[in-house]
Amino acid sequence: MIQFVADGIVNAALIALGAIGLSMTYNILRFANFAQGEILTTGAYMTLFLVTVMGAGIGSMGPIAFGWPLLISIAFAIGATSLVVLAVDWLLFRQLRDKTASRITLIMAAFGVSLMGRNLTTLIAGGEPYYYDFYIPKSVEIFTGVKVRPDDLAILAIAVIAFVILFAFVNRTSMGRQMRAVAENPTLARINGIDVRAVIRWTWIIGASLATVAGALLGHNTQLRPEMGFDMLLPMFAALILGGATNLYGTILGAVVIGLTEALAVAVGLSGYRAAVTFMVMISFLVVRPHGLLGEKE
Amino acid sequence: MEGILSFLIFFLIFTSFYSLSSLGLNLQWGFTGLFNVGIVGFFAIGAYTSAIITGPAYPDTLIGGLDLWFPLGFIGAMITAGIAAFIIGFVTLRLREDFLAISTFGIAVSIQLVTLNFEALTRGPNGMYSLPRPLSGFFESRTLDNLLYLILCVAIIVVVYWAFERMVRSPWGRVLRSIREDEVAAAALGKNVFAMRLQSFVVGSSVMGLAGALYANFQGFISPADFLPIFTFQVFVMLIVGGSGNNLGALLGGLVVWGIWSGSDQLIASVLPPTIQTQAAAARIVFIGLVLALMLLYRPSGILRERRIVSSEARLP
Repeated sequence: MIQFVADGIVNAALIALGAIGLSMTYNILRFANFAQGEILTTGAYMTLFLVTVMGAGIGSMGPIAFGWPLLISIAFAIGATSLVVLAVDWLLFRQLRDKTASRITLIMAAFGVSLMGRNLTTLIAGGEPYYYDFYIPKSVEIFTGVKVRPDDLAILAIAVIAFVILFAFVNRTSMGRQMRAVAENPTLARINGIDVRAVIRWTWIIGASLATVAGALLGHNTQLRPEMGFDMLLPMFAALILGGATNLYGTILGAVVIGLTEALAVAVGLSGYRAAVTFMVMISFLVVRPHGLLGEKE
Repeated sequence: MEGILSFLIFFLIFTSFYSLSSLGLNLQWGFTGLFNVGIVGFFAIGAYTSAIITGPAYPDTLIGGLDLWFPLGFIGAMITAGIAAFIIGFVTLRLREDFLAISTFGIAVSIQLVTLNFEALTRGPNGMYSLPRPLSGFFESRTLDNLLYLILCVAIIVVVYWAFERMVRSPWGRVLRSIREDEVAAAALGKNVFAMRLQSFVVGSSVMGLAGALYANFQGFISPADFLPIFTFQVFVMLIVGGSGNNLGALLGGLVVWGIWSGSDQLIASVLPPTIQTQAAAARIVFIGLVLALMLLYRPSGILRERRIVSSEARLP
């Protein structure tokens, strides 16, 4: 029975990595970014491109089926994906902001970007699935009856490292402080001389970086498809809402709950309804506790 | 000549499914400012409800295949889509507007899973077949048969259009627009913002359900593959292009966008080699996405602008 916890926690780590970007655009740019899934997809395919260009496979580290070549590819893909995201912001979202478009217009634009992103991926890479490298996961029994894959542990470790860096950035650096200020009150932040445009750039970059890591690791664990990120969108939104939307720690906590819920749903034979179960949990939370686990009551 | 006419009728029947959905969306988005990302979900609920009510008795489903008269299927479709909208709306319409968008997205995903996996109700990927087509069998010719169905569709659209025009011009409609423009001011004037939004959302969604029922009974066969997220996107583009806040614009947008869409479909199928048709279909979606982005940026009011509506009782200087 503990097995589902082991399965769910890796899923949770991937959801959390993706949902951080969602949380940041939600709080700083103030709209629900329906294109967040496509940022994951872009990151995963950028990584694939770099793995292919480097031609060194994905390496390995002891029992772990990936190594430095994949990690270096991810590092470069972070840069490339951030550039793509900044370009989309510059072309579309910036202009809508300048026209002081409503939040809903931004959501709709994001919805359009999401669809375009999926289809551009199909256009460029084709619709068929890709793999970074062929690998057969070998499970290791850590407790009696609980098996984990070494790769899953590595993914978990990478996620934890990413979160440590994230919180160091948000809590300790000047830019992090400015971001929190803009999230709190954009007008007041601007009056105090905070460069809101720089804050917005960093918001996209951080979100895209973590999403790239999520996309690449998801791609390694499963496969690369144009819809891979889109399929993560509902769990990511659910994590955001469960956590309380305004709180980054809450988003991670929400991701853990959703990851475990999905694993539990699979464990009890509802794998076909995974997303529907996620949705039910999300709706129940909106009924019982709309401000989420760690959010503040409005 | 017969061929062109028959194609035109077929085209217009499909246009009416989209235009009707667009009309439903206009009440929600155009007049009340509610963002529904799950249009296809409500459309699918309507289609499956009508299929269950009017379809023949299937040997492998628990309920369904009740083989009832088609208006019951259409009314049932409106009721179930309305109930789904009521539940979603009741939970989320008090909260920040993003939550409605996220939840409607969630219900569309969930409905798709139910149609795919709940085989005892929906027959899963095998779909529901042999759905009866209303008003069929009066003529030998297929074209005339379709024409009769088109007349039914147009009649329904006219009724819904007329009802919506009456509604948005009534005091009720004015309150809706006041909520869209300034929620706080509307609330300060003693309007129940939540109830008004809920009503608009439920009515709009049930019209989408009705469109789904019209689709199901025309096609005679539905399966989960008919209800993809692209539908939501298409309907949205139709409304934005046609002009949100203008019911005639909603209908016109359906005609224009579906015309471009199905026209390019024909073009892709006849001109391009099969090997790159997947790519071409993807490129077309990217193109439509660009149209949406450009409309949002440069002509957010659409082809037909929203008319200034004042009560017929009002005496303007």
